[in-house]
Amino acid sequence: MIKRKTAREIDIMFSAGQILAKTLKYLQEIITQGMSTLDLDREAAEFIKKLGGRPAFKGYNGFPGNICVSINEQVIHGIPKRSVKIKDGDIVSLDVGVEYNGYYADAAVTVPVGRIAPELEELLKVGRQALELGISKARAGNHLSDISNAIESYVLAHNMEVVRSFVGHGIGKRLHEEPQVPNFGPPGEGPILEAGFALAIEPMVNLGTSEVVILNDGWTTVTKDGRPSCHFEHTVIVQEGEPLVTTRLNGENLIYSNN
Amino acid sequence: MPEKKDVIEVEGRVVEALPNAMFRVELDNGYRVLAHISGKIRLNFIRILPGDRVKVELSPYDLTRGRIVRRL
Repeated sequence: MIKRKTAREIDIMFSAGQILAKTLKYLQEIITQGMSTLDLDREAAEFIKKLGGRPAFKGYNGFPGNICVSINEQVIHGIPKRSVKIKDGDIVSLDVGVEYNGYYADAAVTVPVGRIAPELEELLKVGRQALELGISKARAGNHLSDISNAIESYVLAHNMEVVRSFVGHGIGKRLHEEPQVPNFGPPGEGPILEAGFALAIEPMVNLGTSEVVILNDGWTTVTKDGRPSCHFEHTVIVQEGEPLVTTRLNGENLIYSNN
Repeated sequence: MPEKKDVIEVEGRVVEALPNAMFRVELDNGYRVLAHISGKIRLNFIRILPGDRVKVELSPYDLTRGRIVRRL
């Protein structure tokens, strides 16, 4: 049973989303080579708290960081560390969750640092666009897997792969709620979307194989072939027309390039 | 933060080998599904024959199709 959010709940989720959007904007402004992933984690936590939110990943199923920072072949769930420094030419995925007044927002962006290789530019372009296409299908009356299919077919058409062992999810009073939102599958299946459903849509796009491996820390997930990966995510509320993207900064595109 | 995908895993018996490394598998609940074999099984040249018991991962979208992940 997927719960429809009330107008009051949507208001709070929007506020949570705006805190998150500002945080991701801030992180994109300060990220530079030589910084450690732990520096980013600390900055994010402080920024979120200043705006009245709580970093939602801290302690979630035992996750040690405030945010996930995943570099290059790391797909998701990278644990921030003092020893991991960001280098020129890296692509860095920042995945952030915010809890505000009991409701959640979840968003991610992959940021280029310095000059990146052309194939990485292409990867980021495809990941970003795949998310936008997925969001455009999040309308009342569509099937859940219309989102999945829009993402998968766009990515495959660009000779890249989507990760299959991790999926997007419903969101609201908990970080992960029903339904699961895969980034693959045929159109026209799964539940019919209704106004008020809240979904975290999050394509993870790989240049090489779709297969991933979880490292011994139990979290960090890397591509099996070591090729780079990107991750873009927004929290959206389904409506009759255009969905409300809670994690998109008002009047701005959250996913803007930092150079 | 993405969620780990739930997979629906069930056991059954291979009833027929089809072309293209596809198999018809009768699940323990009586349903019959069309299943292909996972890459790992293919790489390790594990032979699957009619009568074998196997573990099948079902697609969450289409419960009539699956992937044989292990020979039991």
